[in-house]
Amino acid sequence: MPMIEHGGKSFEVDEEGYLVNLADWDENVAAYLAQEEKVEMSQSHWEVVNFLREYYGEYQIAPAIRVLTKAVAKKLGPDKGNNKYLYELFPYGPAKQACKIAGLPKPTGCI
Amino acid sequence: MTDEMDMEEGGVIKKFMFVNRKAPYGTIYALEGLEVVLISAAFEQDVSMAFIDDGVYELAKGQDTKAIGQKNFSPTYRALEGYDIEKLYVDQKSLDERGLTEADLLVDVQVMDSAELAAMMAEQDVLISF
Repeated sequence: MPMIEHGGKSFEVDEEGYLVNLADWDENVAAYLAQEEKVEMSQSHWEVVNFLREYYGEYQIAPAIRVLTKAVAKKLGPDKGNNKYLYELFPYGPAKQACKIAGLPKPTGCI
Repeated sequence: MTDEMDMEEGGVIKKFMFVNRKAPYGTIYALEGLEVVLISAAFEQDVSMAFIDDGVYELAKGQDTKAIGQKNFSPTYRALEGYDIEKLYVDQKSLDERGLTEADLLVDVQVMDSAELAAMMAEQDVLISF
């Protein structure tokens, strides 16, 4: 699998670009993954990415989009926990893109 | 992803029961079964899970997998609620035989005797065993 060199660090990604070792993740790695997804990270993007990392820490899975939306609504409010807001931040699918940037595996239920 | 693949309204909803009979580690059944259940949630069916025999160990608190070098996926059972999978049935006899009680389990469940569980199985359209 491809080894990536970025910001003086090397880490492995799979053929779809997902980080292989969760423990390799840091903000530098996230910046690289975001750049690959052509996402310009704002504070709002980080909020979702950090939320996903917390979710993974608690449940050991990356949530399906419907579950993510509901959980974001509960934690950050309904103005953020909706498809429109999340797709504006991550146009190619919030569960998929945001999970990738967060260094998580592809969400279960992603076909 | 299944994001935009919402099922057509008025689609037929079937009753699916996933029956878990194996210990969480040592075979792949428990983990694979759990993944299938999580995926099934996307199709908006009436999903339930039953835990029988060594399957009750899947829900046991305090799992520690360090020594066997595998991921402890037991926290994922607590995510089921967020996937609207809340019908978790546990066989009383299987708990008793293993010295477990409801208080030893990670999630809220309904404990049933074999007859109740059998009746619940008889109601299902689809039964899948892991």
